[in-house]
Amino acid sequence: MPVWLDDFLWTYQNVVYALGINGLLALSMYVVLAVGQLSLGQAAFMGMGAYSSALLTLKLHLPFAVVLPAATIPPVLFALAIGTPTLRLSGVYLAIATIGLGEVLRAVYLNVDALGGALGISGIPERAGMVSIYGLLIVALAVLWLVARSGIGRAMEAMREDEIAAAVMGVNVRRYRLGALLASAVLAGAAGALSAHVSSFIGPNEYGFEPAVTILSYALLGGISSPFAPVAGAWILTLLPEALRGFADLRLVFNGLIIVVVVLFLPNGLLPLRMRRWVK
Amino acid sequence: MLAQQLINGVLLGSTYALFALGFTLMFGVLKVVNLTYGFYFSAGAFFALHLTKQWGWPIAAALPAAAAASGVLAVVLDWLLLTRLRRINAPELSSLMVTLGAVLALYAGMTTWLGPDIRRLPAGVLGGEALVLGELRITQAQILILLATAVLVGGLLALMRLTPIGLALRAMAEKPDAAGLMGIDTAKLAALVSLVCGALAGAGGVLIGLNFNAIQPYMGEAMMLRGFVVIIIGGLGDVRGALIAGLLLGVVETLTAGYIDSGLKEAVAFIMLVAVLWTRPSGLFGRAHIQRA
Amino acid sequence: MSLLEVSSLTVRFAGLVAVDAVDLAVEAGSIHALIGPNGAGKTTTFNLITGLIPPTSGSIRLDGVDITALPAFRRAGCGMARSFQNIRIFAGLTVLENVLTGLHAGLGSNLLDVVLRLPGFRRQERDAVARARAALEIVGLAGRADDAATALAYGDQRRLEIARAIVARPRLLLLDEPAAGMNPAETEALAALVRRIRDAGTTVLLVEHDMGFVMGIADRVTVLNFGRRIADGAPAAVRRDPAVITAYLGAKVAARLEAAG
Ligand SMILES: Nc1ncnc2c1ncn2[C@@H]1O[C@H](COP(=O)(O)OP(=O)(O)OP(=O)(O)O)[C@@H](O)[C@H]1O
Ligand SMILES: [Mg+2]
Repeated sequence: MPVWLDDFLWTYQNVVYALGINGLLALSMYVVLAVGQLSLGQAAFMGMGAYSSALLTLKLHLPFAVVLPAATIPPVLFALAIGTPTLRLSGVYLAIATIGLGEVLRAVYLNVDALGGALGISGIPERAGMVSIYGLLIVALAVLWLVARSGIGRAMEAMREDEIAAAVMGVNVRRYRLGALLASAVLAGAAGALSAHVSSFIGPNEYGFEPAVTILSYALLGGISSPFAPVAGAWILTLLPEALRGFADLRLVFNGLIIVVVVLFLPNGLLPLRMRRWVK
Repeated sequence: MLAQQLINGVLLGSTYALFALGFTLMFGVLKVVNLTYGFYFSAGAFFALHLTKQWGWPIAAALPAAAAASGVLAVVLDWLLLTRLRRINAPELSSLMVTLGAVLALYAGMTTWLGPDIRRLPAGVLGGEALVLGELRITQAQILILLATAVLVGGLLALMRLTPIGLALRAMAEKPDAAGLMGIDTAKLAALVSLVCGALAGAGGVLIGLNFNAIQPYMGEAMMLRGFVVIIIGGLGDVRGALIAGLLLGVVETLTAGYIDSGLKEAVAFIMLVAVLWTRPSGLFGRAHIQRA
Repeated sequence: MSLLEVSSLTVRFAGLVAVDAVDLAVEAGSIHALIGPNGAGKTTTFNLITGLIPPTSGSIRLDGVDITALPAFRRAGCGMARSFQNIRIFAGLTVLENVLTGLHAGLGSNLLDVVLRLPGFRRQERDAVARARAALEIVGLAGRADDAATALAYGDQRRLEIARAIVARPRLLLLDEPAAGMNPAETEALAALVRRIRDAGTTVLLVEHDMGFVMGIADRVTVLNFGRRIADGAPAAVRRDPAVITAYLGAKVAARLEAAG
């Protein structure tokens, strides 16, 4: 690694890590929005990934290569438990149940001693880094890009626009929705494990309502025209408060207002470029 | 002991029912899951705090005033956020997202402005002596909660059943297309429903603030979890279901806290929600809303 | 044996019996029309046949196989396709992509294939595009393949729906008011198109209000009124059926017509 790059990373390490992790979180929101659903469980899934990975590392001393995939199992199980009944219903049920999940888990983290209570868990070794964070981000982007450009992406867009017509075309709407939610749980759970292993500390208040809505603002700001768009949204919203430090207090106000403005006035996000599919 | 727990549970549950009533009514009539609803709860508590603390009002006057102020706030926010989406007939998730973004901005703004600390109503507002009946203790705050809830719920049900506008609301809630047929002006209707529901949430905030004597900007967010549990167990948009489910949740929470662990009461509430979704997705008393396809 | 056999199909919506013990047999290779006044239950019958709503009772068989309980998306795989009375094209997709969605049931859309893009999978994709272009050619939209679907005129959107429905060469095609909003020349072209589709091996069941169109094209006609089947037979016989005339024109006019001979 060249010296200047090394210096740069040393100075801005936290921001660089945050960009990668928030990019993964934006993708975990993207996959659900791409099938026309709204889940607000991403922060909760992230928290489950963070807590379970921290426990696996600290209590069982497992290597990170095992911890990272294992940490996605609890979020996937919760996604199944909540997604299976709600994805048959209208979209508001999934949204409501997943917001509820975040609230409940915060109470659980706070009250269960084995999870550190209000103090959270500290002393997590720094096992994640550039390679694991950006490697995962690149793989996720590549897979989602291939999917979006394929017939699966076409079916996802079709069911987002008209689920009845899509079903008549033979799209198994419920399976797509559940698949998207599970993929979302995997991405967010992995992001949680990565963030726990770069920041050394995790606490009960980091995975509640505010981060859940913030993740939504990433995806809505960028839009869902391609998987790159939500990542761009995440990067803008991660860098902006860094640039405008004086306004750090108003970061959440700003994220909330972005959602309002985008939904009301820019329904396709900032990057409404249409992606061409392989149609020749 | 059990009797005391049950009384506490029913009292807590009646505030949940009151809170969820407005939430479910908003959904039933306006077909929007309006997440700013929890903010009216916080706002009501802060209005009452201000009136009692700065202006020295008695709680009997501060409660209706705070409820009314919350109702007006709800009308304004509904107008700002949802008029446009209603006009273009936007999908239900769009309005949910707008209110979600708005409520985050509102809570965060309020916290920046007023600070995150827990505040208390001035001493003396609550009245000191509790009513003691043998083993049972009922505080004056609890009596006020019971009275206020009974009056508000009774008043709302009377409005819904006896007045022409109430009948129109019920028609809307039960038959979405009916409003057009009956020539109802949706803008006026949205304002009216927001006023009534915002006032219910605000009153709920004052009463819960009294019950726990703790007021804090994000209190409405924690309450929304109860709101979700109650309206899903009761059935989305089902007024009677919300009343019963609210009482049920209050009792279950109190018993969990009393006999198992107070840290688990949220988890128990959520497990109830998921169990209902698995077994009776349209609510304990509801009709099916399942979509095929 | 008939390709489609519907027996005593019934659906009840909160008090209203929208389809009431309807029997319907569609012969393979025929063009079969389902007609009736507004609100007779024709679209609801289509929704039942395609699995969009569950029947209260009754059964639906396709080629002898009971499909009554099959979810809608599986019926596409059984060789069933339809168009909608109120056009339902996918607004965000191009014309060609809309047609490609019609091949969804037949394409293996496996995540591994999509990521690996092996030669066999790529060939399958190319075939799909070729078939979609051929379907657009058949309905006369070949030149518009890469346009946004919403850029099409109303009549063209109807033809796009037909292209999307026939691209997978279904055994049974259901068309709900395909001629609605078309001028006489377009209607005539549509009749020719429907015959071509039938001649290519697809059985057609269609709902249509344009009687000239129906009488000219249908091999058999079934008439619904208030959810009940009131007539069934060859077009000429159905046209003379007093019950049908009463349903369409009211009892008085029917009696006068009868008196006039
Ligand atoms: N989902 C539903 N819920 C309640 N009633 C319904 C539903 N779908 C249809 N109906 C009613 O069933 C009846 C039959 O409707 P349907 O759309 O099948 O008629 P149609 O024969 O297609 O009429 P048109 O020629 O006007 O298209 C109507 O009275 C309609 O209002
Ligand atoms: Mg019809």
